[in-house]
Amino acid sequence: MKPRVATVWLGGCSGCHMSFLDMDERLLELADKMELVFSPFADLKEFPADVDVTLVEGAVTNTENEHFARLIRERSKVVVSFGDCAVTGNVTAMRNMFRVGDVIDSVYNSNGDGPAAKPDDYSCIAKLLPAARPLHEVIPVDAFLHGCPPTADQIWFAVNELLNNRLPVFSTVFLRYG
Amino acid sequence: MTRTLTIDPITRIEGHAKITIQLDQNGVVEDTRFHVNEFRGFEKFCEGRLLWEMPGITSRICGICPSSHLITSAKAGDDIFAVEIPETAEQLRRLLTLGQWVQSHALSFFHLSSPDLLLGFDAPAATRNVFGLMSGHRELVRRGIRLRKFGQEIIEVLGGRRIHTPWAVAGGVREPLEAEKRNHLLAWIPEARETARMALDTLRKFEEGFRDNIPHFGTFRSLFVGLVSADGALEYYGGGLRIADSGGNVLEDHVDPRRYREFFAETTESWSYLKFPYYRPDGYPKGMYRVGPLARVNICDYIDTPLAEEERKAFKALAGDGEMVTNSFYYHHARLIELLFCIEKIEQLLSDPAILGTHIRANAMINRPEGIGASEAPRGTLFHHYWVNEDGVLQKVNMLIATGQNNLAMNRTINQIAAHYIDGSPITEGILNRIEAGIRMFDPCLSCSTHADGRMALHVQILNPDGSLRTEVRR
Repeated sequence: MKPRVATVWLGGCSGCHMSFLDMDERLLELADKMELVFSPFADLKEFPADVDVTLVEGAVTNTENEHFARLIRERSKVVVSFGDCAVTGNVTAMRNMFRVGDVIDSVYNSNGDGPAAKPDDYSCIAKLLPAARPLHEVIPVDAFLHGCPPTADQIWFAVNELLNNRLPVFSTVFLRYG
Repeated sequence: MTRTLTIDPITRIEGHAKITIQLDQNGVVEDTRFHVNEFRGFEKFCEGRLLWEMPGITSRICGICPSSHLITSAKAGDDIFAVEIPETAEQLRRLLTLGQWVQSHALSFFHLSSPDLLLGFDAPAATRNVFGLMSGHRELVRRGIRLRKFGQEIIEVLGGRRIHTPWAVAGGVREPLEAEKRNHLLAWIPEARETARMALDTLRKFEEGFRDNIPHFGTFRSLFVGLVSADGALEYYGGGLRIADSGGNVLEDHVDPRRYREFFAETTESWSYLKFPYYRPDGYPKGMYRVGPLARVNICDYIDTPLAEEERKAFKALAGDGEMVTNSFYYHHARLIELLFCIEKIEQLLSDPAILGTHIRANAMINRPEGIGASEAPRGTLFHHYWVNEDGVLQKVNMLIATGQNNLAMNRTINQIAAHYIDGSPITEGILNRIEAGIRMFDPCLSCSTHADGRMALHVQILNPDGSLRTEVRR
C-alpha cells in the first residue's frame, strides 16, 4: 500500500501549501508514490485514521486549531511542522503583542453607517486563543520544515525522505527562516 | 424533527468556512449563511510598523496572491511618497501582476474546480481532486500545472522567489529585468496560450452539458465593480473605478480609487469573521456588489488583446444587449477569458523594449500623512489604506479585500443552489458538493479577506424555523 499522506492548514496564509504546488511536474511523480488522504486540495471532510505523514501549515491560533492539532497527532504516525508559522508562530503570532479583545475591536470597528456586530457567535465560528502558538507547544512534533514558505525543493526533499521512512535532516542550506 | 447538514471543511477553496441552512416546516430553504472562520488581525498589528516593511508584511496576508498585496502596498507607499514611479517600474509591476493572475487563475481552474467539471459533482469524494484527475486526465493536469508554473516563474524571475517576494517597494521596484530572462519568459507564450484555449474549450463543453443547471448557480441582479482604463478597457493595475448595475447602466465611472470610502462601506455580523462590504449609497444589504473576473469582464468596454476580446464578445452575448451576465457560474468562464488576456498581454509587455529599462525606482521620503493603493487582485479590487507619522511609522491601516466584497453575493449564491437542490428528497453528498462549488466559483481567498487565519471549513446545518437543528450529514 502506498504511504498515506495528509496536509493541514491551521493559522497561516496557505503559502506553504502553494509552495507544495510549486513542486510543479514533480506532483505527478508524487501522486504515483503516495496517497493524499486529507488536504485542502481534496474533498474528504474527516481527518482519517492511520495517516503515515501529516504536514501541518500554520500556527495554533483558535480553539478549533487546538482541537484539530490533537486529533491529527492521535491519528498520524509522523507530524511535521510545515513552514515558519507552525515552527515559530511567525506572522500569525504578530497579534500576540496585543490583547485579543483589542485586536478584534480595532479590526471590526464600523466603516459602515451603523454600529457593527462583533464576530462572537462561537456556536458557528471558532474563538481565538489569547496567543497564537507554534505547533510543538500544543502537540509533539517529529520534524520541522523552516521557511516562509519552505521552498519547493526543500519540500520535495522532505517528502521523499518521509516516504522512505526517514525523518528529513536539513543541511544548513535549508535552515533559513523567512 | 431536528436535522443538521454539515460540510466541514469546505475543500478545494482557499480558507476555512461553513454554511448553515434554515428550512421552514415544509422543508423549503428559508435562509442560508456562509460563515468564515479565520482571523489574524493585520490591521491592528501593522500599527507601529514602518511603511517600508508593509509590502513584506502584507504579502503574508495570502500565500495565493502575495504579489497582489505587495503591489497594492507599494502603491499606497507611492502615494505617501507623493511620487510618480518610472515608466519601466510600472511596466514591471504590471508584468508581476499578470504573473500573479496567471498562477492564481490556473490554480482555481485546474487544481481546484476542474475535478467537479471533469469527474462530475457526484464523483466519489475520495478521488474528486487534482491528484485523482491525474489518472484519467493526466495531460490536462500536466498542462494546468505548467501554466501555473509559468505564472510563478514570472514572479520568480522578477522577484527572486515565487512566494512572498519583497521586490516591489514604494517608489518602484528593486531589480530590473535582464534580456536573457525576458527571452526565457517569452518562450513560454505559445504553450501557455494553447493551454488557456484548451481550458476554455473544456469549460465550454461542460457548460453545454450543464446548461439546465447553470441558472440555479447564483443568478441574480447586483452591482458590478472593478477598475477600467481611461478608455474603458479591462484593467488590472491602474485606471479608475467603474460601478455598473445589471442592466449595464454605469453609476460611477473613472473614479479615483482614493475615494473608495465614499462608495464602499463595511459592516459585520456576529456569525462570520468576514466583513460585509456594500455600496454605500444603497445601504446594507441592498448595496450588494460583485468584484473579480465576472465583474471585470462584464463592465469593461473592451479587452485590448485580440483573442480575449473575441471571447469577451461571445461571453457578453450570453446576456441581453448591453446587459451584464448575472450568473455567478460564469465566474469560471470570465476567469479563463482573463487568463487568455494575461498571456497575450504578457507577450505585449515583454516585447516592448521599455521593459528592459534600468530606471526603476523613484527615491523620496514621507511627503503625505496618508496613502491609498488599489489594484485588481485575481479575485477583485484590492485597496490598502495607510496613515503614517512623519517618520513613516504606521498609525492606522485599513484594507478592503477582493473576496470580502463578494461576501453578500456568495451568501446569495449558496442560498439559490441550496433552495434548488434541497427539495425534500434525500440530501446526497453530491448536493453538498454543488453548494460548495457555489463558493468555489468565486474562488474566494479567505486568508486574504479576513486578513486572517488560514483554514476554511464548510459546515452546513439545516435548522428548523425555531432555530433548532434539523439535519446533520457528514462526509
